[in-house]
Amino acid sequence: MKMRRLLNLLKYVFLFAMSFVSIFPLLWMAVSATNRSVDVVTGRILPGTYLVENFRNLAAQHRIGLAMWNSFRNAITATIASLVVCSIAGYGFEIYHDKGKDWLMRILLLSMMIPFAAIMIPLFMMVGKLGLLNTTTAFVLPTVSTAFMIFLFRQSARYFPVDIIEAARLEGMSELGIFFRMYVPIMRSTYVTAGIITFMNAWNNYLWPLIIMQSKDSIVMPLLISNLIAGYVTDYGMVMLGVTLSVLPTVIIFLLLQNSFAEGILSSMR
Amino acid sequence: MGHVLTLRRRQSLIGWLFVVPASVLIFVFYFYPIVRAALLSFQTGVGVNLQYAGLFNYNRLLTDTVLRAAVGNVFIYLIIQVPIMLLLALILASLLNDPNLKFRGFFRTALFLPCATSLVSYAIVFRSLFALDGFVNYLLTTLRIVERPINWIGSPWTARALIIIALTWRWTGYNMVFYLAGLQNIDNSIYEAALIDGASGFTRFTRITIPLLKPIILLTTIMSTNGTLQLFDETMNLTNGGPANATLSISQYIYRLSFEYSPRFGYAAAISFMVFLMVAVLSFIQMRVGDTR
Repeated sequence: MKMRRLLNLLKYVFLFAMSFVSIFPLLWMAVSATNRSVDVVTGRILPGTYLVENFRNLAAQHRIGLAMWNSFRNAITATIASLVVCSIAGYGFEIYHDKGKDWLMRILLLSMMIPFAAIMIPLFMMVGKLGLLNTTTAFVLPTVSTAFMIFLFRQSARYFPVDIIEAARLEGMSELGIFFRMYVPIMRSTYVTAGIITFMNAWNNYLWPLIIMQSKDSIVMPLLISNLIAGYVTDYGMVMLGVTLSVLPTVIIFLLLQNSFAEGILSSMR
Repeated sequence: MGHVLTLRRRQSLIGWLFVVPASVLIFVFYFYPIVRAALLSFQTGVGVNLQYAGLFNYNRLLTDTVLRAAVGNVFIYLIIQVPIMLLLALILASLLNDPNLKFRGFFRTALFLPCATSLVSYAIVFRSLFALDGFVNYLLTTLRIVERPINWIGSPWTARALIIIALTWRWTGYNMVFYLAGLQNIDNSIYEAALIDGASGFTRFTRITIPLLKPIILLTTIMSTNGTLQLFDETMNLTNGGPANATLSISQYIYRLSFEYSPRFGYAAAISFMVFLMVAVLSFIQMRVGDTR
């Protein structure tokens, strides 16, 4: 019995230790954002009073406001475009399915095998040829339609009752009307899940903007924080404030919608 | 009857209108570029001045020592990091699966939280934590564990260790979520029966949890392998591939060849195509596994 109690205690010690390790880097990041660099390197882990000064330095040396705005604009455009295009397609593939569409879907799923690194050079050349470098359009285009999103919406359309569609048709509702006025409201949770995935991917995307956002005016958050650490002397307070700002939107989404977030991760399994 | 048929045909046509825009986009932004990459890999030259060169790039690929180093690094990550992470995720998931566990919600949120951070952000946080004057060295020297601060990104194995620590921090909770979902499908009475039979926690873990989660373990192994093959953000921002290419990843090498040195698109495309083949084979296995589940 004593042995069991000891094991039980060890289990909690282990879990608390792991949780601490999991949270600590983020906590350290947030706390360091309020401290001077001198205090950060001498191991201060209590909140300080230099938040405003760090922000002033960050804003003076880097275009943080612009990067935030660009990132938001790109991510929201990507999310809306992707939800519209992929949900209509997913609905179409399920509700009107026939041999031809099933085959097309199978072919589209093959695109999930293509890693971004393998197509980034041709994509870059295409975007350059079209004169779209440094634009939101270029940022969004390769991710508007993904087989994964179409698949996600096709799966959810499977649970959409066919009787409702037939009834609505008898009432004289158009096919597009049925989609927008009946499918969309019922499938709200799928939209939330899909929206979180797309927004996070777009907000965090680094490699693609690194290639196409060459002008200083089109800088996005991942590029900005990646630049923060360049140079010989690092102002840790300022760097950590920049990083904190860049993870704030996604951490808020995570804390508010943790279950949809987990659902989004799990949906790649089905 | 004829009327019904035309109605069906009309609906099928509307269905096509629904699926065509998304499909065209996938053809233009996935299938066309991969064909282009394949064609590019048979060409050589600087920038966009390219000419047909046969298998030149593929011959070069075989003798490229930097590429060999990058592939070697990726395999080091695969062999060391993926098993540690997946085992840790499995243990955590089976501990959290206990319905009588206290603070369950807290543990789950805490362990899952790293997934909310972008790859660049956590790479920079880890780079700062493990800097020469960073918090980890402060702690190690203050506690007298080491005499002098460790220059983590200064030597090959500490730099690789840093990448491995960082990757494990970021992705353990992610994999745990998969295992937790899998464990929920296992009937709790199996565990209760084992408990009555006097099976220890370890036995229950190795005899019930691991065998029943096998398909999901395979799935997460493939996903992790896939992710490791495409590793980029972390090596770029944590160690910048250094020291002396000791942490360089394949994707970062492709990026360097295309956008940092004088652009060798043809050769970079040949390496890209190699990565594509590796990922494609893995994804194929993954789909097969998914089918039989």
